[in-house]
Amino acid sequence: MDTVAMHISNGIVGPGTSGVFAAIALAALAVCVLRGRRDLDDRLAPMAGLVAAFIFAVQMLNFWVLPGVSGHLLGGALAAMLVGPWIGALCVSIVLIVQALVFADGGVSAIGLNITNMAVIGTFLTYGVLTLLLKVLPRKPGAIAATAFVAAIVSVVGGASGFVLEYALGGEVGDISLGKAAGLMIGVHVLIGIGEGLITAATVLAVAKVRPDLVYALRGRALAPVAQESAA
Amino acid sequence: MSRPKVKLFAFIAGGLLVAAVLAGVVSNFAYSAPDGLDSVSREGCTFDENDEITGGECMAKTAREHEVGGPLADYAIKGIDNPVIATGLSGLIGVAITFAIGGGAFWLVRHRRPKDA
Repeated sequence: MDTVAMHISNGIVGPGTSGVFAAIALAALAVCVLRGRRDLDDRLAPMAGLVAAFIFAVQMLNFWVLPGVSGHLLGGALAAMLVGPWIGALCVSIVLIVQALVFADGGVSAIGLNITNMAVIGTFLTYGVLTLLLKVLPRKPGAIAATAFVAAIVSVVGGASGFVLEYALGGEVGDISLGKAAGLMIGVHVLIGIGEGLITAATVLAVAKVRPDLVYALRGRALAPVAQESAA
Repeated sequence: MSRPKVKLFAFIAGGLLVAAVLAGVVSNFAYSAPDGLDSVSREGCTFDENDEITGGECMAKTAREHEVGGPLADYAIKGIDNPVIATGLSGLIGVAITFAIGGGAFWLVRHRRPKDA
């Protein structure tokens, strides 16, 4: 195999659009740092580092989606469920920056596009979905798994739609049928989202079993505190 | 306060071990076909066996050489020909770098709460 590119490469979307999204990404990350610091204590800080490292690792594991098409975890849903949307977006961004600067994966000029799609859209859509679902579902393992699964699909399709929008605004090749590209992009990413959903649900359940206090989604504001029954 | 069954240090160490096995070993069993974005970008073009575009119109047509490249480009290691070792080792390095940068940055900006009780 010649190149291993998982993210938007250099030269796909024009410099103007890339620059606008770099500014959007930077502003979003600045808000995440300011807002996320409130959550970031001695326990969440190492957990967030682990979440970033884990997402890096699992992104390498391309799975079968269709003949000749693979998919891999993007990680936004996993990050949002484990460490919350603010710190989660920063975790995914760190992965994307390391990949762009060290592994030549994703153009440096496209970093704002990739961060917007996978880190910002991915985590915040997830957070919206999981806040809604956890409000109506009982706080049981099956419900947490179902929430993770649905949130992951939504986050992946959301990220893919972000790319379609960016390409519509600044795609460098003129003759691309945007409708067809959008259909393909979203169709393939529904399938990838199923894989992402399974991985996200399994991982969140595993963490919830061992250390429920390390699952941010379980102590979100809309929820009563859980796992206190182990207190003598 | 409830006392967790697994200490935080042990949890983080265990999680890193899992990440290391995934990136260092399991990564070699990944499906090597282009991912969703890549395959949609290639739609409409034809490719030769070196993966160079030979014709057609597709998004990937304007893709340029990566700006940085570097010794770990494409999850390999320059100078290591064995693909299994190159992929595994670059994955391990990636996990280490990501945890060092992520964990370090989060540790530095964390807020310090006075210890309760």
